[in-house]
Amino acid sequence: MLRLALSHVESRAVAEEVVQDAWLTVLRSLDRFERRSSLRTWVLGIVVNCARSRARTERRIVTTSSESGPVVDPVRFLPANHPRWPHHWAAEPTEWRTPEAELLVRETRSVILDAIDALPSTQREVVLLRDVEGLQSTEVCNILRITDTHQRVLLHRARSRVRNALERYFAATEAT
Amino acid sequence: MIVTDLPELPCRELVELVTDYLEDRLSPIDRARFEAHLTECEACRTYLEQFRETIRVLGRLPEESLSPEAREALLTAFRGWSRL
Ligand SMILES: [Zn+2]
Repeated sequence: MLRLALSHVESRAVAEEVVQDAWLTVLRSLDRFERRSSLRTWVLGIVVNCARSRARTERRIVTTSSESGPVVDPVRFLPANHPRWPHHWAAEPTEWRTPEAELLVRETRSVILDAIDALPSTQREVVLLRDVEGLQSTEVCNILRITDTHQRVLLHRARSRVRNALERYFAATEAT
Repeated sequence: MIVTDLPELPCRELVELVTDYLEDRLSPIDRARFEAHLTECEACRTYLEQFRETIRVLGRLPEESLSPEAREALLTAFRGWSRL
């Protein structure tokens, strides 16, 4: 929840205020809660709204760009006119020999968090709600008022970028 | 449907479809192309596994917690509210 708020505002202190605002809004409007959504989805929706309006008053630029273009650098692939393997991998992804437990150590975690931070805000909202908070796609579409297709585009771009960041990180650490 | 008659799905296109594949939103034809490619391409199998691993790790990030001061302020607000 705090991470969701942090994704819209500059400082941790402001994010904490946003979370407090959100909870107070929840309390004030609890009688308006309809059981169409789960309480959790409803609360997260309020956090998103509070964070967005706070971002607006702080005039933080809402970035929606880079929703087109390839998710993997084109130089990683062979050209379209390659006689045998057009558009196949030129630089194949190499297996991460990192055991999954190690993916959760502090360094890796900060690589992931930095990658999330660097995302355009709409992609960040979607990946936080879907993959970090674990909401269903229909719930995320309701909260963010986007179509299912758009949601999947944003999610895919976000996940791809996080994977790319991990790949770069592992390549660098294994090289040393 | 004969799978081998389908146009090939090259690696560069496959990486764009991974989330649609995982969410089961590909058309039956694209799904067949996707899976046919996977059986023949180890690099794309690796890519898919890394993608899945990324999603798993995202789901296991620890929750950020509020500072003690913010938590205290909230609890005070809750207490005030419950007295209403
Ligand atoms: Zn491939």
